[in-house]
This record gives sequence, C-alpha cells and structure tokens, in this order.
Amino acid sequence: MLELVTISTLNGVLYGMLLFLMASGLTLIFSMMGVLNFAHASFYMLGAFFGYQISQIVGFWPAFIVAPVLVGGIGALVERYGLRHVHQHGPVAELLFTFGLAFVIEEVVQMIWGKGPADYRVPPSLDFSAFTAFSTNYPAYKMFELLTAIAIFAVLLAVLTRTRVGLIIQASLTHSHMVAMLGHNVPRVFMLVFGVGTGLAAVAGVIAGPALVTQSNMAGLLGPILFVIVVVGGLGSLAGAFLASLLIGLVQTFAVSVNLSVADVLGGLGIAPPAGGPLFDLWNVTVAQIAPIIPYLLLVLILIFRPTGLMGTREH
Amino acid sequence: MTAPAIELVDMHKNFGATQIIRGVSLAVPPGERHAIIGPNGAGKSTLFNLISGRFTPSSGTVRLNGDDITGLPPHQINRRGLARSFQVTNIFPRLSVWENIRCAVLWSLGYKYAFWHGIEALPDVRARTEAILEAIELIDRRRVQAGVLAYAEQRALEIGITIAGGAGIILLDEPSAGMSVAEAARAVALIRKVSEGRTLIMIEHDMGVVFDLADRISVLVYGQIIASDIPARIKQDSAVQTAYLGTAA
Amino acid sequence: MSDVASGVANVPARGVLPQPGAAAVARLIGPWLALAVAFAVLPAIVTSGSALTMLSMMGIMIVFALSYNMLLGETGLLSFGHAVYYGLGGFLAVHAMNTVIHDALPIPLPAVPLVGGFSGLLFGIIFGSVSTRRAGTAFAMISLGLGELVASSSLILRGFFGGEEGVSTNRTKLLHVFGLNFGPQIQVYYLIAGWCLLCMIAMYALTRTPFGRMCNAVRENPERAQFVGYNPQTIRFIAFSLAGLFAGIAGALTAINFELVNSSEVGAAQSGLVLLAAYIGGIGSFMGPVIGAVLVTWLEVMLSDVTDVWQLYFGLLFIGMVMFAPNGIAGLIMIHAPLWQARAYGPMLRLALAYLVALGPALVLLAGLILIIEMTYHLSVKATEGTTISVFHVTVEAMSVIPWVVAVILVAGGFWLFRMTWPVVGAAWHNAFAEARGAGRAK
Repeated sequence: MLELVTISTLNGVLYGMLLFLMASGLTLIFSMMGVLNFAHASFYMLGAFFGYQISQIVGFWPAFIVAPVLVGGIGALVERYGLRHVHQHGPVAELLFTFGLAFVIEEVVQMIWGKGPADYRVPPSLDFSAFTAFSTNYPAYKMFELLTAIAIFAVLLAVLTRTRVGLIIQASLTHSHMVAMLGHNVPRVFMLVFGVGTGLAAVAGVIAGPALVTQSNMAGLLGPILFVIVVVGGLGSLAGAFLASLLIGLVQTFAVSVNLSVADVLGGLGIAPPAGGPLFDLWNVTVAQIAPIIPYLLLVLILIFRPTGLMGTREH
Repeated sequence: MTAPAIELVDMHKNFGATQIIRGVSLAVPPGERHAIIGPNGAGKSTLFNLISGRFTPSSGTVRLNGDDITGLPPHQINRRGLARSFQVTNIFPRLSVWENIRCAVLWSLGYKYAFWHGIEALPDVRARTEAILEAIELIDRRRVQAGVLAYAEQRALEIGITIAGGAGIILLDEPSAGMSVAEAARAVALIRKVSEGRTLIMIEHDMGVVFDLADRISVLVYGQIIASDIPARIKQDSAVQTAYLGTAA
Repeated sequence: MSDVASGVANVPARGVLPQPGAAAVARLIGPWLALAVAFAVLPAIVTSGSALTMLSMMGIMIVFALSYNMLLGETGLLSFGHAVYYGLGGFLAVHAMNTVIHDALPIPLPAVPLVGGFSGLLFGIIFGSVSTRRAGTAFAMISLGLGELVASSSLILRGFFGGEEGVSTNRTKLLHVFGLNFGPQIQVYYLIAGWCLLCMIAMYALTRTPFGRMCNAVRENPERAQFVGYNPQTIRFIAFSLAGLFAGIAGALTAINFELVNSSEVGAAQSGLVLLAAYIGGIGSFMGPVIGAVLVTWLEVMLSDVTDVWQLYFGLLFIGMVMFAPNGIAGLIMIHAPLWQARAYGPMLRLALAYLVALGPALVLLAGLILIIEMTYHLSVKATEGTTISVFHVTVEAMSVIPWVVAVILVAGGFWLFRMTWPVVGAAWHNAFAEARGAGRAK
C-alpha cells in the first residue's frame, strides 16, 4: 500500500510537472497576448516527433537540444506571420486561427509519420533503474524528466525576475501599450514569448515522447486536459496553473492505480447504484477506466462552486 | 418626508491598498439636478460605478428611493429605475442606431426574454424608439451603424440609450466631453429636456454646463466630498476654489 | 435574407406602421416560398442515388450549422462542443425509434425529430446552466471540456451508446402514414427537407424577437446590455438551450438518414466540422451557415473520393478564411452589396473581369501547392503503395526530381504573378465603388 502511494505520488508529481511545463507556456501567452493558443498541445506533439526523427539520425541528446529550438522557431514564425495578421480581426478570429493550426498540424503529422505510434525509445544512456523503492524499480529516465522540468522552471523564474528581458515581459503581461510607449519593441517581445512558450511545450514532448506514446493523436488527447487545467486554475494565473497541473496529475495517476469499481467507491459514500437506465454501466467499471474523464468532472465541479477557477480573478 | 432618490451612506471603496472613495455621504432628493465636480482622479466615475452596481462598495450603503441596493448587480439596479451613461462611449457598435435605442426600451416595456413575439409587430416598441430618436435628433441617422457615427452623435446616442428605458434616476458621466461649444450647448438643451421631472446626477468638467444646469453641486476631492451646496455658494467657497476652480474664480 | 445580425436592413420607414398589405406579406414569405419550391424540385435535377444522399446530408448540416450560429454569430458564444447536443439527439432518437418499433406504438417517423429536439433542449438546459456562467474564452474551453466528458463517457456507458458499433434502427418499421414507409432515399430526403425548412423558419423568426435582438446586443456589448436591464447570463443560457434544441433535431434527422448513431457523433471532430461549416459560410449573416453547410458537405463527399488528405485541405481552407476572409463566403458576397444596390452593373462586370484575371495565377499557385502536398503524402506514409500518383489526371512519379521542380516553379511563379494582379483588382474595385457612389447620388 505504502509502495503504491509512493510510486503513484512520484509518477503523479512527474505527470503534473510535464503538464505544467505546457500549461505555463500557455498561461504566459494568454496573459500577454490575450489569445489562448489552441495549438499548444500540437507544438508538444511536434516536439515529440521532431525529437524522434532527429534522435533516429544523431541520437537522443542532440535531439533534446535541437528539437525544442526548431519547434520554438516555428512558433515564432507562426506568431510573426499568422497570429499577428489575424489580431486585427478580434479575439474570436485569433482563437479560431490557433484552432485551425492545431487541425492542420495534426493532419501534417499524420501525413508524414502516419497514424501509428513512432518507435521513440528511451536512450540507452538513461535506460537503467535509478533506485528501488520497496519492490519496484524506478526508472532513471523518469528522474531525468523530473529534473529537467525543475531545472527549466528554475531558469525561467531566474530569467523572468532577474533579467531585463524578463522585466519587460512581466510589464508587458499587464501593460503592453505602456511598455511599447517606453520604446520597447513589444511585437518582438510577443514573438519571443510565443516562441519560448511553444518551445517549452516542445521540450515536454521531447522528454515525454519515449515514456508515453508518440503518436499523431497525442495533441488531441492532451489538449483538452491542458485547457481544463487553465480554466480550473484560473485563466491567466501561473500559480493556479501550477496547482491545477499537480492536482490533475496526482488525481489521474492515483485513479489509474485503483482497482476498485465505481460501485465500491460510491457505495462507500452511501450512493446506491440505479436499477437500470443509461448510467447503469457506470457502476460496473473500475475507477481506472473512468480516469480519463476525471479532469472533466473536476471542471464541472469547479464551474459549479468556483466559476473563476482556483486562483482566478473576477471577470468584469 | 419622501426618501431621497439616491442616498449614499459612508461609502468606501478600496482597490487593494489604494483607497479611492473614503467615506462619501450624499443625499439627492427626487427631481433634483445634481452635479459632481472635482479634479481628475478624485473618484467621480468610481462613485458612479458604485451607485450603478458596476463595483461593489468595500463598505457603506447605497439606497435607491429608500431601498437598499448595495451589492446588487447592474441589471437589477437598472430595473428599479436607475440608468447611467458612460464617459467612454459604450454603445452597441455593429448594430444600427435604431437597434441601439430599441434594445434599450425592451425591458422597460415588459418584453423581457420573450422569444414568442415578432419584434416588428410590437407598435409600442416602435413608437417609443421613434420618440427617443426624435428627442436626441438622430432619427435621420437611424439606419447607420452606430460604430461609424461622428463622435458627438455617438455621445447623443449614449444619452439616448440611457434615457430610453424611462428611468426615473439618470446618471450622466461627462456627457459633453470632447464637444465643441455649439455641440455642448445642444447637449445641454437635450439634457435639460430629458431630465424634466426626473432626478439627474451628472459628472462634468465644463463649468459652464454645470452652472447652467445644476440645482446643487457636490465637489469630490481625493475620494471625499469637501462641499455640497447650491452653485452660487460653491463658487464662493474658498476650499473649493483652492482645490479645483482656481483662486480667481 | 440580408445581414440580419446587424438589423440594419430591417429599420422601418419613419412614422409608418407596417400595414399587413399584400406587398408586405409577399416580401415576408416570398423568399421562404421560393426556398420551399427549390427544395421540392431539387431531386428532379439531381437524380443519382448518391447525390440524393448528399442532399439529405446537406439538409441535416444546414439545421446543425444554423443552430451553431445561434451561439456564435448571434450571441458571440464560441463553442467547441456543440456536437454533444447533436449526437445525444441522435442517440435518444434511435432509442425512441427502437422502443416504438418494439412496443408497436402508433408514432410515425416524421414525429421522431421531436424526440431529438426534446433531447437537445434537455441537455442544453442541463449543461448550459453550468457552461453559461462564463463567457468568451473560458466558455469556449468549458464547451471543449464538456464535449470531451460526454465523448469519453460514451465508451464507458456502453448500454446507451452502444460501444464501438453504436446503436442501429430500422426506419421502415414505424407506423406508416399516407402509404409511406420511408425506405427509399427520396422519401427520407423530403422528410429532411421539410424539417429543414421548418427549422430554418423557426430559427430566423427567433432572430426577429426581443430575445433575438438582445442576443445581438449581448454579443456586441454585454456590459451595456446589463445597464439596459438585461442579465447577459440569462440571455446566453436561453440561447444555449434553444441552440441545443435545434442541434438535437439535426441529430435525430441523421439517425433517421443512416439508421445508425455511434459515439463519433458527439465527438470533437463533429464539433469541429460544424464550426468550420458555419465559419466558412459566414457567421455574420443568417444565410452564411447555410452556404457553409452546403459547401462543407459537398467538399467532404467529393474530396474524400479524390484524395486521402482531404482533411488537410479543409484545415488550410479554414485557416485561409480566418486570415483573409473572416466574415466567410457570405461576408465576401455582402461586401459587394453597395454595388448591387446602386445597380452599377457595368462596374460590377469590370470588377468580375479583374477577379478572373487574378484567378488564373491563383489557380497555378494552388496547383503547385496541391502537387507538393500529394507528393509529400505519397513519399512518406503511402510509400509502401508505390510512389506514382495521379494528380489532375497526370501521372507523376513522386520520387523523381522533375515534378518537385515543376511544383516549386508553379508555387513561386504563381504567387509572383498573383501579386502582380493585385493592383489591377485594387483599381477595378476603387473604380467600381466610386461609380456606384456616383450613380447612387445621381438617382
């Protein structure tokens, strides 16, 4: 039992960190440019596939550096030639542009790499067991993922709070017009933030690809969860995104490892199963089987009890 | 004695650590034309936002015709007979002038969320919309998209939307801002006409307009009312002169 | 059916109350009568069986896209999960049909869409009470999350959703009226066309009510709507529920048409498709989504026969429209409205000629892009099937260099020539509008 809890906690925190790696970029882009990048998970997918393709040619470690830079570069170009042009048509058009982009990226990935999974493997240099907790071997690769995520956050925090560029970015988050009037090239800052944000998502893809599955439906599976995270955390709040990422990471990981059926859980809460009808099947599945929909149930709960999210500010 | 149309009791509003409104009390009797003046940043628009429900007071009470409306959402306050205009024109930009006014009359005529009447078949909606458009002299521009109107026309439309519902208490936020002398004179005539028999509270910077229209004036400085009296006495109040009018008033 | 969404066209003349005279009535019901006639005679023009099925699909998509535009175009609510109400309407309809057949209830097939409508309304109210607490971007994300919730649940609740195979039914086994068993597609077409017309009229009528007008107001400026007495959340909730109702009817019609409903009908792909259809057609006018529904259905059926990567072309078309024509096809048509109203036919013709001149290079550019896409596809995924492909009836060997060189030339050259035609179009445009303004003044 303790073993299960420890391993699940480690895995849950790791999953949450990966989610936050993406949600942080998404939140930064949203706070600064007012547009929710629907294609954010697509850049994650591009990172995984680029990482796979490059590692096939020159190995994992070069791919680890090159792939995020490439994807971030693509992101910057998308901002410069696409999003910036659409900005004049309003926020709906911007969101729809990123929606179309997500769609097209998925189609292109399918076109080039097919619909099946890519054989993206953990590099041999990391393919050993880091430690043995109780009776389970915890893979070193997962520790690598965790450490990478933490390192990136540390760097990001340092850049944002201690460099000139970081200060300009912080100011542009709330007062982009004023920052522009002070002589800073705000459009270039936007391009930088978009590129870095998508690059972060790509890093998540490069390192998560070998551990999870690298397949053309990756973006479609992870995208909605990402948006649930930002709504649950509160749109525009980095702290909220962090909390929500951890919460969902842990809850989903624990749910998958629970072998009880829903009937057991709800029965323990005193709720009896219905005699028949459409919801009848729900009682007979295990909690693990409903793990995919738990984030969405969380979304509904938050909307009922705290519509602006865990740490969101009141909408006017 | 009849309750004041609007009564503020010790209103406070803080944004974080900043105190914008620091204890404002005011009573405006029904039918009075009341002006609120003061330097920029005094909190005049914030006061309007507090009265009309856009902001909730940090402490204090707002009463409308004697009823406590503190903390109510704007649409409920509006339904009780209070309407306001905005300093930055707040119209429905892609709807026609006609539509702008028509949307403003619907609730007061009782149609609410009805989706079972054809709107063109409602003669009272039509009559009232026409009457308002005539009053604000935009009847010939009724087909024009509101967003492409000239500035002064948009301000007139803004006033039109405010009065269209027939509210008994009207709040106008700098109605003549940005207007030429001639346009401002027309605006004043319009305001005088439409506020006949109603309570009017007005934020204004144009002293000519203020002294022309107001029955009483309140002076708001740094979130507090430093004087509240008839125009003649306000002109001579030394505190007001120092704070706002300039000593050679 | 001009730009209803802004109400500009329906401003009455001064001081005149509309008398219910013959002319006014004709103007009101004329277009609908013409539409009804068009629906009725279409099968005589397009006689093939597959075309009839496509027409039926178009009718369904029209209802679905119009219901979607109640949210986006009219009320400013961008939803990524509208297929939930469509799909659930379909599922409830098939279960209802199976119950009717099983218990031999005296309910004829034409009444089944009512079940879909009821289902759409019910779920619209349930999910809407939660969704419409937020607006804007948050609402969009919530709709996405709810859509995923229902789509994921469909794999768990196998009894209701029928698992991977879905739920099937037999539309000929319901009560027969007027000797119709609805077996042949032509009968199903007329059933769908009838319901489509009914829904179109109903949704159009809704825009002409106090509620419909306030939807536009809430879209334009929700804050101001509050200050004229309306609660924007209530408006959005009612709009959401009614949009669900009509989506449910569309779902029931699709259940009747294919006699099968499966979980893809509630999925993200279907939600994306209706969004595409409405947007490409044009969300700023009532008929826009109708145009979009027809076009998207046609493309879906036609393109998928021609190429495997038709969805990529769809996506590219969509992005193109978002970037360059955000008001959709209807918007592109409406820009020319002043020319039509001024009866400036000469200038219009010259403008059309300028468009044709620009069209040539544009087609060359397009051909080059298509060549690149098709060759890339056949070099990567379908390489196992051989790399020789047929593009525009020309056999091309994707592995050799020549086609690639040709493609690059087509793209670069086409784009360069296209750019050169822009001043020509610009001048024709300027002249056409100047003449139209002049003609308008002279009248």
